[in-house]
Amino acid sequence: MSEVMGTVLLTHAVGLHARPSVKLTKLAKTFASSIRLATTPDGPWIDAKSIVKVMAAKVPQGTHVHFRAEGQDADDAVAALIDLVERDFDESRADATNP
Amino acid sequence: MNPARMPPTLERRGQPAAPGIAAGPLVRLATAGVRRAGSGDPGRERRALSEAIGKAVAALAGLIEAASGDAAEILAFQVAMLEDEALSAPAFERIDAGHDAASAWQAAIDAETAGYQAADTDYFRARAADLRDIRDRVLRALDGTDDDSFPPGAVLVGEDVTPSRFLGIDWTAGGALALFAGSSSSHVAMLARARGVPMVVGLGAFDEDGHRDAIVDGTAGRVVLSPGKPEWAAFETERARSRGRDAEEAAAARNPAATAGGDRVSVMINIAGADELAGLDPAICDGIGLVRTEFLFRQDGVLPGEEEQYAVYRRVLEWAGSRPVVLRTLDAGGDKPIAGLTIPGESNPFLGTRGIRLSLARPDVFRVQLRAMARAAVHGNARIMLPMVTVPSEIDAAAALLDDAVRDLSAAGIACRRPPLGIMVEVPAVAAAPEIFARAAFFSIGSNDLTQYVTAAARDIAAVAPLNDPGHPAVTRLIRNVVEAGKALGREVSLCGDMGGEPRHIPVLIAAGLRSVSVAPRLVGRTKLAVAAARS
Repeated sequence: MSEVMGTVLLTHAVGLHARPSVKLTKLAKTFASSIRLATTPDGPWIDAKSIVKVMAAKVPQGTHVHFRAEGQDADDAVAALIDLVERDFDESRADATNP
Repeated sequence: MNPARMPPTLERRGQPAAPGIAAGPLVRLATAGVRRAGSGDPGRERRALSEAIGKAVAALAGLIEAASGDAAEILAFQVAMLEDEALSAPAFERIDAGHDAASAWQAAIDAETAGYQAADTDYFRARAADLRDIRDRVLRALDGTDDDSFPPGAVLVGEDVTPSRFLGIDWTAGGALALFAGSSSSHVAMLARARGVPMVVGLGAFDEDGHRDAIVDGTAGRVVLSPGKPEWAAFETERARSRGRDAEEAAAARNPAATAGGDRVSVMINIAGADELAGLDPAICDGIGLVRTEFLFRQDGVLPGEEEQYAVYRRVLEWAGSRPVVLRTLDAGGDKPIAGLTIPGESNPFLGTRGIRLSLARPDVFRVQLRAMARAAVHGNARIMLPMVTVPSEIDAAAALLDDAVRDLSAAGIACRRPPLGIMVEVPAVAAAPEIFARAAFFSIGSNDLTQYVTAAARDIAAVAPLNDPGHPAVTRLIRNVVEAGKALGREVSLCGDMGGEPRHIPVLIAAGLRSVSVAPRLVGRTKLAVAAARS
């Protein structure tokens, strides 16, 4: 089974905070693959299905988030997670930095 | 202490946080402290912790159903954390190493909390409070002191209480809060005032052990533990008086207000969120004179989006029907900092970048709010009000942004309206020369800030608080000045500070020519009675 990787730029105003983290981990849990994320290509890699781990990483805005998935639906998982971050977690937001 | 012997009556004084008087059985609010004794059997401790976590999740799920908006999202986050095995795994490891469930859980969560306390940003530091909320909820479940196990009408005593805890308590049978710490400007105090739950804060720690009953006078800021005969008699008298007054006020609230001389006076309400309107009959008021919007921004670091704001404004406007609703744009800064928005470290925030100054400095955030307001305006009689205006050009700048927002929305085919744009009169520069602000569609006197800027004294600094008197002739003279300028310019003038809800100030406001006030919903009846007694 191959490993799938992907990277996306986090633009959300305060970073990966509570509401986006809930969305991200919930989405990750819909996949059978094991999924991990990191803020640098070299890790440390954390379980993307654990809200506790994801929140504790305190990922700030402007971070490149790297995903790694292993399993049958690894392709779909990485694509879906990257899409979620790119859609800015479906939040129509009052952006804190960009007009 | 021998439980059979009643301890002597103990009286404590603190600061009033929510008015009213209540008495009831005294219940200690469980705080983080390990109380449950361990069984010594790791298997049983594991089961106890699993069950407590399950109970906490179930309790939160129940709260989510009754909550909306930010409150629901905060609770949903807490549920997600509790359901994550990564949170409880270290606690179970400690249990296996021989610790009891409660101390294992406390140690595990405290370790997790430390990571947040050390965070670089306000937002992540603020999540430490969520973790403590989670920790305490599970500890209470372990102790068997569940949220809904309070006897009806209990007086809750403790260090402080979280909003989720307050919302989880059934207050319909009465009850009161007596807090060692706490603050009268906290979110909980606001909720307590809205629900009529008497609350006293800042009592300082005391030993409530052995006391069975307590009287809480939230108006005077007084708590009496184990009241004796004279205290009970005084309480009954005060309660009878307060009930009589409540009935009289409720009756007065149903009718339009007029002075003794027959002048009609408009009495509107101040609200800080759509939730406050639940159970409130629009017929008691002539409109909403102030919708505070800061509370949409209270979740640290997360600014509310256009849809979220639009939904709240629309709910408020639909509730009011054809009655006017004054939506105030964000009044952040001063004593209302918002992480990621207000400017930290200003030497004197009350004289710094607050209100319209901040909104104009952050047009990206301001535009979102103006768009949401213009869209909601389709659903009622909306007006937009700018806080902390100092010079007329601020109105022009805001009007230009509002016009842009309306144009963009119209161009995109989104329904919207351009509401009249008025101002708060709270900076003395405006109150002294209101005639140069003809570009404002209306004036609303913010007596709290006007008084603090005129007297150069803050209400929350005890040493100078007595100087902060809205009855000072300088303040009333400025109010008269604004009322007269409003007449000359053909602009409506109202007053939306606490002064309007204090019966002793009503005669001087009526004498100054003011014919419109906006007060807390609970004060509508009282205010109308005071108006009826005033000569015009």
